[in-house]
Amino acid sequence: MIDITKKFGDVVANNHISLTIHKGEVHALLGENGAGKTTLMNVLYGLYRPTTGTIRINGKAVSIRSPNVAISNGIGMVHQHFMLVEPFSVTENIILGNEPTRAGGIVDMVSAEADVMRLSQEYGLSVDPKALIEDLSVGSQQRVEILKTLYRGAEILIFDEPTAVLTPQEIQELVTIIKNLTAAGKSVIIITHKLKEIKQIADFCTIIRRGEHIDTVEVDKVSEEELASMMVGRQVSFKVDKPEQQAGAAVLEIKNLRVVDKRGIAAVNGLNLQLKKGEILGIAGVDGNGQTELIEALTGLARVQAGSIQVNGQELANQTPGTIRTNHKVGHIPEDRQKRGLVFEFDVAENLILSSYNTSRFSTFFILLRAAIYSNAEKLIKLFDIRPANAKITAKSLSGGNQQKMIIAREVSSNPDILIAAQPTRGLDVGAIEYVHQTLVEQRNRGKAVLLISFELDEIMNVSDRIAVIYEGRIVGEIKAKEADEQQLGRLMAGCSL
Amino acid sequence: MEMIIRDIGFIIGTTLMYSTPLIYTSLGGVITERSGVVNIGLEGMMYFGAFVGAAVAYFTASPWLGLLCAALGGALFGLIHAVACVTFNAEQIVSGIAINFLGAGSALFISRLLFDGATQTLTIPNKMPLPLDFLFGEGRLFPSSGFMDLVFNRFATVYLAFFMVFVVWLVLYKTRIGMRVRAVGENPEAANTLGVSVIKIRYCAVILSGVFAGLGGAAMSIAVVSRFSNTLISGHGFIALAAMIFGKWKPQGAMLACLLFGAAKGFEIYLGSKGVPIPGDILAILPYLLTLIILVGFVGKTTAPGAVGKIFDKSGH
Ligand SMILES: Nc1ncnc2c1ncn2[C@@H]1O[C@H](COP(=O)(O)OP(=O)(O)OP(=O)(O)O)[C@@H](O)[C@H]1O
Ligand SMILES: [Mg+2]
Repeated sequence: MIDITKKFGDVVANNHISLTIHKGEVHALLGENGAGKTTLMNVLYGLYRPTTGTIRINGKAVSIRSPNVAISNGIGMVHQHFMLVEPFSVTENIILGNEPTRAGGIVDMVSAEADVMRLSQEYGLSVDPKALIEDLSVGSQQRVEILKTLYRGAEILIFDEPTAVLTPQEIQELVTIIKNLTAAGKSVIIITHKLKEIKQIADFCTIIRRGEHIDTVEVDKVSEEELASMMVGRQVSFKVDKPEQQAGAAVLEIKNLRVVDKRGIAAVNGLNLQLKKGEILGIAGVDGNGQTELIEALTGLARVQAGSIQVNGQELANQTPGTIRTNHKVGHIPEDRQKRGLVFEFDVAENLILSSYNTSRFSTFFILLRAAIYSNAEKLIKLFDIRPANAKITAKSLSGGNQQKMIIAREVSSNPDILIAAQPTRGLDVGAIEYVHQTLVEQRNRGKAVLLISFELDEIMNVSDRIAVIYEGRIVGEIKAKEADEQQLGRLMAGCSL
Repeated sequence: MEMIIRDIGFIIGTTLMYSTPLIYTSLGGVITERSGVVNIGLEGMMYFGAFVGAAVAYFTASPWLGLLCAALGGALFGLIHAVACVTFNAEQIVSGIAINFLGAGSALFISRLLFDGATQTLTIPNKMPLPLDFLFGEGRLFPSSGFMDLVFNRFATVYLAFFMVFVVWLVLYKTRIGMRVRAVGENPEAANTLGVSVIKIRYCAVILSGVFAGLGGAAMSIAVVSRFSNTLISGHGFIALAAMIFGKWKPQGAMLACLLFGAAKGFEIYLGSKGVPIPGDILAILPYLLTLIILVGFVGKTTAPGAVGKIFDKSGH
């Protein structure tokens, strides 16, 4: 890709970026949220037309007008947000647009399923060709996405933040898959915010900052710290600065909590937990051990079957989400930002008042106060460094990381007594992660309580004061963060006793 | 005994006849909504098709030519809907409403021009043929007005309708093009990234829905009755739309829902012909009421295609 520029109206997402990929290499793209990584890849895949610039494949200039052209040139893409037809089967999703047919245009499902089977064995991507997408885990859905590109004979595979949605185990599987792919002579472009992963799998790394190409480096010759500072343009600290602080009285008491999941199985079963003022309590655990249901019960999104949840001595179980937010002052950074965190079609300013639009600050007599809403937005955009700094664009057109910043800005600015942060740094760049962690610590320093739920052990160990391990819907162990070590936590998370 | 069997035959026969126009139209609904475009203009397309079918059949004395032109007339309005909704991303409901007015209005307008200011056509010389009589001779296969005759000796459009249900099912679920239609209706972004042209597929589907609605109208005006009049369609397009929803967006499901409505209609006609002392107006409500009760009471939750009614914007901003 030579000298690519892409503008959206006034926003320059890519500014004269060049990128060279060799056969069989893993090339990482690194950059802050909103740096223009996804945009660049969408240009390569033919989803966007570049404003200027050319693309050469094997020395030949090609004009990639549509994904069709990209596919026929051997380019495949696994998108940041999966592109799957949910009610379709695995095989149907893979062959769509490229269906093998018998006479009369009838789709030959038998041979298609055999092809899928063969491909999945060849590259170690285990999936059931007949399963429906809506029944699959995120990791399996991703394997379907990879198979989709391989089925089309992709030689260059683009992965847009593939690990953001995966559990640590699934990430290891993905690493193996990528190694298999490059061993078979394919090239891989991977976008990720996790420097560790870049060190682990990439050969080269191209750094993009605010739409501009900063440098392309050999991964072996640089350290994580160097990568981080190239990307943000300043030093980044990986350690969280945290003054010693004595935790205060308990604000949240959960006793014998029981919550059932969608299938009617008790996902949280007899859970006890206490959260104190001025502390960050980290909940560590493997995905699917009741974290989601615990959060939903705490925020009023799921029914509590039994047990009690008390905030400052008041019962909160089965109250409406609105009451819990305003009367009990519980803030919530949801796990799924797209479904629960924001309204895509609303602009940034509107999204920033979703939980406080009915307060006297932003409305009188049912009329919204536009001026107050937009000046509030200006303030928060500056404070939380949301890019681009424009209160009037829709949430949809923000990059993934900036959407997350917007939600955090809203929740923290509503000044909650208890802040429930579920995967708050998923998909964020290291600079932004540093910032989010600082924000959480500030909440704590001001005597507020923070409940941090994360699958990332590093995050839990760095940020929390106290760590509780959740396993099969119960807290199976509590440790002071200073005394915790990874081995011990890992054993607890796997259900072994200490 | 023989009497009862004959009566049952009569009810089944009328059921088939009255379901037919609905089946065509609801097939049209299935096709367009499966591709993600709502088409409440089916009523107007059916109306226009009914008029064109009857007018052409009147002037040419050929019901087949009438049927063909009705399909083309429906296609024309399908094209208008496609241009509005697919190319210009217009609100699909609004475009549908406009087409309902436009379809009815232009049918009446042309009717007044051709038939001396009347809002109905004259009686057509030849109705749709009865294939059994045509193939075997009248009353030769089954004795006239016997049970078998009452049930099976029906217009060609009736046979064609059921055949079409099979064809649409086959295309939608077994062929390449059908798979793409369903994918586009569920997740157009995904289909687009695989190089499936969302625009092309939606154009075809919306135009086809017009074709089917046109056929549905003609199945009314040149088979069930033998002329077009301004009250002929009155709501059938909407009932077909409801049938599609109750049939869970499946051709075979839509067909069953249409048959149910047709059965209620057949029952109404049967009761009327027996001189049951119930006022005609009440009897006329029967099909609607019965359909509503049965469908609301017995059809479970229905889910529409994922992207139905949503605008697909390819440029990404
Ligand atoms: N469709 C769009 N319309 C308008 N602006 C857009 C659009 N897509 C992206 N942008 C803008 O272009 C810039 C680059 O966005 P992009 O999604 O490429 O970032 P990214 O590097 O992938 O970030 P992240 O790590 O958060 O995913 C951002 O400022 C974003 O707001
Ligand atoms: Mg991105």
